[in-house]
Amino acid sequence: MASSDLRLVLLAPDDNCLVVAQALRAEDRVNIDGESIAVAKAIGVGHKLARRAIARGEKVLKYGAIIGTASAPIARGEHIHTHNLESDYLPTYTLEAGRAFVAKHA
Amino acid sequence: MNASELRGYLRPDGRKGIRNVVAVAYLVECAHHVAREIVGRFREPVGNAPQSGSAVHLIGFPGCYPNAYADRMMRRLCTHPNVGAVLLVSLGCESFNRRKLEEHIRASGRPAATLVIQESGGTRRTIARGAEWVEEWLSELDAQVAVPMALSELVVGTVCGGSDGTSGITANPAMGRAFDFLIERGAACIFEETGELVGCEHHMARRAATPALGEEIIRCVAKAARYYATLGHGSFAVGNADGGLTTQEEKSLGAYAKSGAARIAGLLKPGDLPPAGGLYLLDVVPDGEVRFGFPNINDNAEIAELIACGAHLVFFSTGRGSVVGSAIAPVIKVCANPETYRKLEDDMDVDAGRILEGRGTLDEVGREVYELALRVARGAPTKSESLGHQEFILTYKTFEPAGPACLPAAA
Repeated sequence: MASSDLRLVLLAPDDNCLVVAQALRAEDRVNIDGESIAVAKAIGVGHKLARRAIARGEKVLKYGAIIGTASAPIARGEHIHTHNLESDYLPTYTLEAGRAFVAKHA
Repeated sequence: MNASELRGYLRPDGRKGIRNVVAVAYLVECAHHVAREIVGRFREPVGNAPQSGSAVHLIGFPGCYPNAYADRMMRRLCTHPNVGAVLLVSLGCESFNRRKLEEHIRASGRPAATLVIQESGGTRRTIARGAEWVEEWLSELDAQVAVPMALSELVVGTVCGGSDGTSGITANPAMGRAFDFLIERGAACIFEETGELVGCEHHMARRAATPALGEEIIRCVAKAARYYATLGHGSFAVGNADGGLTTQEEKSLGAYAKSGAARIAGLLKPGDLPPAGGLYLLDVVPDGEVRFGFPNINDNAEIAELIACGAHLVFFSTGRGSVVGSAIAPVIKVCANPETYRKLEDDMDVDAGRILEGRGTLDEVGREVYELALRVARGAPTKSESLGHQEFILTYKTFEPAGPACLPAAA
């Protein structure tokens, strides 16, 4: 499924995130549903951007399915990752933070 | 269907192999070196595809304590259709029941022998005797003529390793398409890692052949979630997060795409053989209380379980760039990430990441994976085979037998 920007993939119509298909550099402008937004930092292939503003506590949808809960407010075009999204099942482990967060809903 | 689409080596149990392997199996870590040295006598230089259909592969179990799961895995692997003869290498004092295993292999109609290092004069003499035995049976296997094999006799497994955010949008759905093509033509296909399907259980249950099977699938994923929660974290490696995956359920949805669209015909445990063609889920998470650590400590532990379920070949999707192959069954590497493909082209069989760059569609890549599977099943070497990859690992686990609702077709 195409998004309005070929560097971003929309996997299902209801998704509130987009998958980066080509690496983005800081300050690159992307087009999200008609709005041109500068990305704040470099984002690699396979990572996610917010398709629209997502409130803290809101579910993030990819493939039309829930992949976790926003742990912080996320602006449109912002990188979605372990700093602002947490699993509803199991904690995610990263080298930097050790256990980045613990699951609250398991 | 064209009955002679493939060619296989006919075994006495009626199954056919797409490779003709002499397996050398160590029965405890203390016999590993001797077994490896025997296999080493027959190694081709890296980059050289095997010159004929037959080859010598190393498998084994390192533990000195007995384990019913490991016994069953070894029995299945030693009588896998790709295996034509088996040499067991024992130290002598380990717990593994070598006599029972050898009897089981002989009962399958395969030549088998056991060398006990403590009774064979030690390392040097055991290696020499083992190499002689292998040499003799290798030439026997070389002389064996392949017979026509139908696609409905083929079993294919799928696994993903070194996943990133591209795996779930390119390689995995493309392998799912290939599964759909294979299943339409009667093959049995197995997907796995219930711990990587946490979050997909209700969707899978809706695809199950019977409601009772659906309930078994939900139970088996709940078991996996519990197991991983006890261990402290899921089947989620640091590299997964570097590649853009954030949560276990996100990784799961991407992994789930490997299963394609067929209905789910059954739920297997390691060593269960699919009773007919169709799509099967393999439950890899042990039963009972948590023991022996992580269910599968790496990708090859999963690959070995798929092979123990009869998989002749395995599709392996990778985003970050795993380079592994396997003993006994060829591994087809499907690379999800176009940047990884450019870095590791020598190791990758399929460039699925080209979908992201507009150089191909999901259907085209799915078709390519399917057609490559047929070529490999006819004898063409995969990249990992020609590079000499024969990784193998088997560790401790505990399983209860699968319940009757798990295989409605066999009931």
